[in-house]
Amino acid sequence: MMPFQPVVLATDALIYLLVLLAGSLAWYTRRHAHLRAPWRRVARSRTAMGSLVVIALYVLIGLLDTLHYRPASGEDGNGQARYASEVMSVLDLIATPLREHSEKTYSAPFATHLYARETIELPGGGQVRDFPRLKWGGAHLADPDADRGADLLIRVLGGVVLGGTAWLLSLAVALRRRGHRWRRWWRDPAIGPLRSAAWAGLAVLVLLGLTLTLAGAYHVLGTDKVGEDVFYQSLKSIRTGLVIGTLTTLVMLPAAILLGIMAGYFRGWVDDVIQYLYTTLSSVPGVLLIAAAVLIMQIYMSNHQDEFNSLTERADLRLLFLCVILGVTSWTSLCRLLRGETLKLRQLEYVQAAQAFGVGHFTTLMRHILPNVMHIVLIVVVLDFSGLVLAEAVLSYINIGVDPNTNSWGNMINSARLELAREPVVWWSLLAAFVFMFVLVLAANLFADVVRDAFDPRLRERT
Amino acid sequence: MMAYIVRRTLYAIPILIGVNLLTFLLFFVVNSPDDMARMHLGAKRVTDEAIQQWKHERGYDKPLVWNSAARGAGVVTDTIFFDKSLRLFAFDFGQSDSGRNIGHDITQRMWPSLAIAIPVLLVGLLVNISFSLLLAFFRGTYLDLWGVVLCVAMMSISGLFYIIGGQVLLGKLLNLFPISGYDVGANAWKFLVLPVIIGVVSAIGAGSRWYRTLFLEEINKDFVRSARAKGLSEQRVLFGHVLRNALIPILTGVVVVLPSLFMGSLLLESFFGVPGLGSYTIDAINRQDFAIVRAMVFLGAALYILGLLLTDISYTIADPRVRLE
Repeated sequence: MMPFQPVVLATDALIYLLVLLAGSLAWYTRRHAHLRAPWRRVARSRTAMGSLVVIALYVLIGLLDTLHYRPASGEDGNGQARYASEVMSVLDLIATPLREHSEKTYSAPFATHLYARETIELPGGGQVRDFPRLKWGGAHLADPDADRGADLLIRVLGGVVLGGTAWLLSLAVALRRRGHRWRRWWRDPAIGPLRSAAWAGLAVLVLLGLTLTLAGAYHVLGTDKVGEDVFYQSLKSIRTGLVIGTLTTLVMLPAAILLGIMAGYFRGWVDDVIQYLYTTLSSVPGVLLIAAAVLIMQIYMSNHQDEFNSLTERADLRLLFLCVILGVTSWTSLCRLLRGETLKLRQLEYVQAAQAFGVGHFTTLMRHILPNVMHIVLIVVVLDFSGLVLAEAVLSYINIGVDPNTNSWGNMINSARLELAREPVVWWSLLAAFVFMFVLVLAANLFADVVRDAFDPRLRERT
Repeated sequence: MMAYIVRRTLYAIPILIGVNLLTFLLFFVVNSPDDMARMHLGAKRVTDEAIQQWKHERGYDKPLVWNSAARGAGVVTDTIFFDKSLRLFAFDFGQSDSGRNIGHDITQRMWPSLAIAIPVLLVGLLVNISFSLLLAFFRGTYLDLWGVVLCVAMMSISGLFYIIGGQVLLGKLLNLFPISGYDVGANAWKFLVLPVIIGVVSAIGAGSRWYRTLFLEEINKDFVRSARAKGLSEQRVLFGHVLRNALIPILTGVVVVLPSLFMGSLLLESFFGVPGLGSYTIDAINRQDFAIVRAMVFLGAALYILGLLLTDISYTIADPRVRLE
């Protein structure tokens, strides 16, 4: 009997496909010097290496949150395992304390008392209206008002020391393997980019250390209306953001590439039809097209409720559908760029030589055109990512984004923005969502700029 | 020139037909009027009569494209496709699902939208051009570097943050402007200041960085070098040569969005309670009023195509080297 049963949701499968694609692309690139060259340029950029570490942390958390399973909940009469209906992820398992430490309602970051006054029964009989102690946040403190400062200080120092030690150890291992000297590593201009990566790594490790020492004992980012830990919600939202940012482009790529190079290569009526197609689609305002499609999907889902096995599956399909519809609205710009580039390429000698030798259209497209436009595809994929992450928040605000039950930054903002009118202001949910989103988008933007400049500096004028 | 404009206008027709067919497919074929009615009437256990009644009130009870029961031209005209989709070409938007005249609503609501969109566009242009010109003047220095970093950071912040942050900071804490609302006539200005400021600030990052690239593109050209070689001051080079040439792509970028200004800004209007077309659209989406969404999709597409046409024309006016064939 297995202690768990693996579950692969629709988006999970696509994420695995994406990881597989990225892996094989990396393997292929490693073996070809001309493909390696632009990545070398990326690796020489300090900004790129620093932001890459940050992106890697997000991706790691997102991947952990993608490994879904159902825990065993006991045995039935025949010794067969029974599994819970609730779908969990490895991230849920790691963050079990965060997930289970839920309070009654709002509480501020690092608070020991609830946000709202309640009637408390005194042990000796009688009642008093006061802020009750939190069930989990700072529950280990005997006298919260007096002890909290010292406790926080010890925990913060502990976290910094923990993260710092881990960093020093990994740095020592890395330096030893590369044969660098301790004294030289922080001045050697040759390893400047690696040093930026190392500093970003220090920040990441210290944050991890602080999480280890603080998150179990306090609600570091407070709790929301139903008492759920905001830090946990922010972590869970990472996967949604990454899925929207990557799967949308993955979904649209085949159509955009195929139609773009076909339009540029064949010209004539094929070009006319494809141009007509993307001009029509791009002339519809994107938000409205998304809204129309999502409204229709909502109707479909509410009329066919029995087709979905669980809430998780339903929310997941909705997320995937959102990626598809975002892809439909965003493939046109890539298609236009590819068409223009192919128009240029087909005039070049090597394509004409191929045609003169009687090479078929399909082979010409696959062997001569496609490899020479792939850099544009890569640039657009990287550049689009940050815009899509930001778009998710806006769409969720208009209620045409992801399912309200899915953890996402947009949903966090949407449910928290009305609470700004409260006194004192409930700001932590909003700020947490914005900061998590900002860090990811900033890192992605910085990285994308370097990638674009390394692969095709001329594209700066067009994108 | 005239022939070109006529040809481009004719070319717009198949695109509008395409948009029209797309919306028709989305709203009536993928999703039958029955589904819509059931959604609106709420519960699963809704009677057939109620659905028929709902459809009849809104004219959704006709056949989709072919009415075999009607006689003469009615075979085609007495259908949903003719009633709801073809009429859009005459900008006759009909009734919304809640029974209001959409065309009337649009003419009423476009003024508040313009009252926000035009100042945002003009002030935004001024701010972005000044800031990016400053960066171009100090190109290659630390000021330029940090300016660009600031731009990237600003464009990485969610638009929602600017709005909520602006409302809390300027509206609630500093109490400078009303947080939301709208007034008719001259009193509207104090409700407009905050959305305009936020609209401008949220666009600085992307806009300034883009304009800076355009300026740097021009700065490296030969005519700029000869202007410097003639001994012109850096200011005259920047304003007389660089700015004037970079204005061509900037202006054409502005012209393409001009018609769409009518559509208003979805986020700004709904957060600030401005009764413009943007909040109209959002309300329609939230109330699931398909008639309005359909009308706005068509209107938006028509305005976008108009924008493309205007861009081409403005190109020839701004840059005599461009000839329209």
